Amino acid sequence: MSKLGLIIRREYLAKVRNKSFVIMTFLSPILMVGMVVLIAYLTKVNDSDKRVIAILNESSYFQNDFTITPSTSYVTFKGLSLEKAMDSTSNMGFYGLLHIPESSSLLTAAENSSFYTRDTPSSSVVDIIEDVFQERIREEKLESMGVSSAQYADIRDQYEIRTATFTGKVNVKGINEIKAIIGGGFGYMIMMFIIIYGGFVMRSVIEEKTSRVIEVIISSVKPFQLMLGKIIGNSLAGITQFAIWIISAALLMSALVVFLDIDPSGLNNSASMAGGGMSSLAPNPAADNATLQRYAEELFQIPWLMLISFFVLYFLLGYLIYSSIYAAIGAAVDNETDTQQFIFPIILPLMLAIYVGFFSVFNNPHGPIAVGFSLFPLTSPIVMMMRLPGGIGEGGVPFWQVLTSLVLLFGTFMGIVWLAAKIYRVGILMYGKKPSYKELIKWLRY
Amino acid sequence: MSIILAAEQVSKQFGSHTALNKVSLEIPKNSIYGLLGPNGAGKTTLIRIINQITYPDSGSVYFDGEPLQPKHIAMIGYLPEERGLYKSMKVGEQALYLAQLKGMGKAEAKQKLKFWFDRLDIGDWWNKKIQELSKGMAQKIQFIVTVLHQPKLLIFDEPFSGFDPINANIIKDEILKLREQGTSIIFSTHRMESVEELCEYIALLHNSEKILDGKLSEIKRAYKNNIFKVGLETENGDDLLKELALTFQISDTTYDPQDRQLNFRVQLPSDDTRDFLAHIAARASINNFLETIPSANDIFIQTIQRKNLDE
Repeated sequence: MSKLGLIIRREYLAKVRNKSFVIMTFLSPILMVGMVVLIAYLTKVNDSDKRVIAILNESSYFQNDFTITPSTSYVTFKGLSLEKAMDSTSNMGFYGLLHIPESSSLLTAAENSSFYTRDTPSSSVVDIIEDVFQERIREEKLESMGVSSAQYADIRDQYEIRTATFTGKVNVKGINEIKAIIGGGFGYMIMMFIIIYGGFVMRSVIEEKTSRVIEVIISSVKPFQLMLGKIIGNSLAGITQFAIWIISAALLMSALVVFLDIDPSGLNNSASMAGGGMSSLAPNPAADNATLQRYAEELFQIPWLMLISFFVLYFLLGYLIYSSIYAAIGAAVDNETDTQQFIFPIILPLMLAIYVGFFSVFNNPHGPIAVGFSLFPLTSPIVMMMRLPGGIGEGGVPFWQVLTSLVLLFGTFMGIVWLAAKIYRVGILMYGKKPSYKELIKWLRY
Repeated sequence: MSIILAAEQVSKQFGSHTALNKVSLEIPKNSIYGLLGPNGAGKTTLIRIINQITYPDSGSVYFDGEPLQPKHIAMIGYLPEERGLYKSMKVGEQALYLAQLKGMGKAEAKQKLKFWFDRLDIGDWWNKKIQELSKGMAQKIQFIVTVLHQPKLLIFDEPFSGFDPINANIIKDEILKLREQGTSIIFSTHRMESVEELCEYIALLHNSEKILDGKLSEIKRAYKNNIFKVGLETENGDDLLKELALTFQISDTTYDPQDRQLNFRVQLPSDDTRDFLAHIAARASINNFLETIPSANDIFIQTIQRKNLDE
């Protein structure tokens, strides 16, 4: 085996055999599934926690308008004074008291109504009550103009415009957002991977320095070989971990769905219910099916193979750039506490890429900011991945941009690895002092 | 006399600091060569250049007559002063890894490791982790890994640090055996008694320059300054001393009238002792007469101090 191969093998085995690696690898999927179950459970608990609202209605209006919603139910008081009603509300542990005084008209009744609670009321409850009033007032006003409630329901129909490209392909509303989320997922994975495994590379370098094994090793191999072997070995360990995660998470999820009979669609339902009046906006089932069909088609049309290939490519180049910087930092310091001042500037472009990605690429995948950051080598792996689900070429990312970003990324990779190797070479043999940036620059000339 | 390693006018600069300034050395084959010097003199830099960890800015290094190149790495064994092993790796696995990095095959390395482990009586450590071993135990492993691939040139930087006297002796014997088998050894240490014991040749580095090198016995001869230790038996020591002091340079005198023992050191103008001996033989009976040969320690301190005064 070549020396590089030996180093890669050692680094890989050292990482994979490490207890914390084994624990994290097998615990994380369990934590992930646990979290989903917990969220589902909490949502359920939240749903069942209904707020009971007492109504003291002295008017003749709004008699049948307050109906049970997923989060509120109503109790009606009759013939009590306002003070008594408030006392009872508080004694019986109800959430609040809605008082509608006697009025000559619906409008004045609404205007003079009050909602009493112990503390400041939750805005979602107030929203629900206000919605009821508003809806009723609107109906009343329309009726006075001669519009029947049937006519009003007819007017309230949702309208969606059909959008299509020049080639006649029908677009689906929100598909850009879905694509951006998929791309965002890839970008986010690249960032997490760089930070976690870059950190591993750095710690591994520091370990070699503190255990003083470094000089023994580099009397046999070139520092550059050692650095490269370390980076590759750790990235393979990372890929192993991700593979285990994805496979075991998928297995656990399907096992849970089958055995515990959790309905995955239930999650969606409760999510939409939390939004209050959202359910009334849902399209009718027939239209729903056709739309779903189109969404599914769109999702299938996302070039997955291309995406995954580019994910691997951008991930590798991005990871190589960042982890060689991490290796240089590890070489420059004596212990992990000294790394902070150097790590922040590295994380900065990664964070920037994520923020730019979520704020700018979501709205406009081909706008100038999205293009700029997807070309700049320190952010391109993340930002370009967020743009790529739209495809390459017509309607997607222009081919020249992909090519330019890759060329820039590769050039930067060569340059950074070269610089990092220089700092690494000097740093691994320096003990006992924490270098300044000025000194690091000096090392480049040694 | 053939040369295993020659450095010619080797210089190395770190920023504005000169670590080596035109250092030339010749290390004879099959010998133990002491590389001496105060802290920061440039020894480690020179050793790192020989190991191709760093490269000289100017000058050249020849290994066995050829310009130093990557293939020579497998022919050099280096025990650095700052040494250690991977703490969480098992002893056997780690030794195999380091041997393979030196270019040995796995089977060959395993066989030789078994041999050495048995020889140093540590066979049952194979599956232990380094963090379970004491410092001295880890040093033994380190020694084995350094010599395992039978290098032509061995470089030991403070090889005895971390060893108890018994194990230090075992290692010293192994070093001597290796020399007998034809290995050339560079030996860097601050422990002058082991220099005295082991080294045939020395070089002294100071402030990035070589200020002295050669065969230790010849250096000693050059450094002896005709000082002799004299022990006499006489009844009239004080008078004799006064008389001698007129012609010779006398120091460190002690006289005990009861025992009639007079001891002193005398500096003679040349290494011809006949006149002096004739002179005192006529006046007292001579108990002992011994030329003081400077120790490596004396030479080290003397040379450095003289150099510092010059500058």
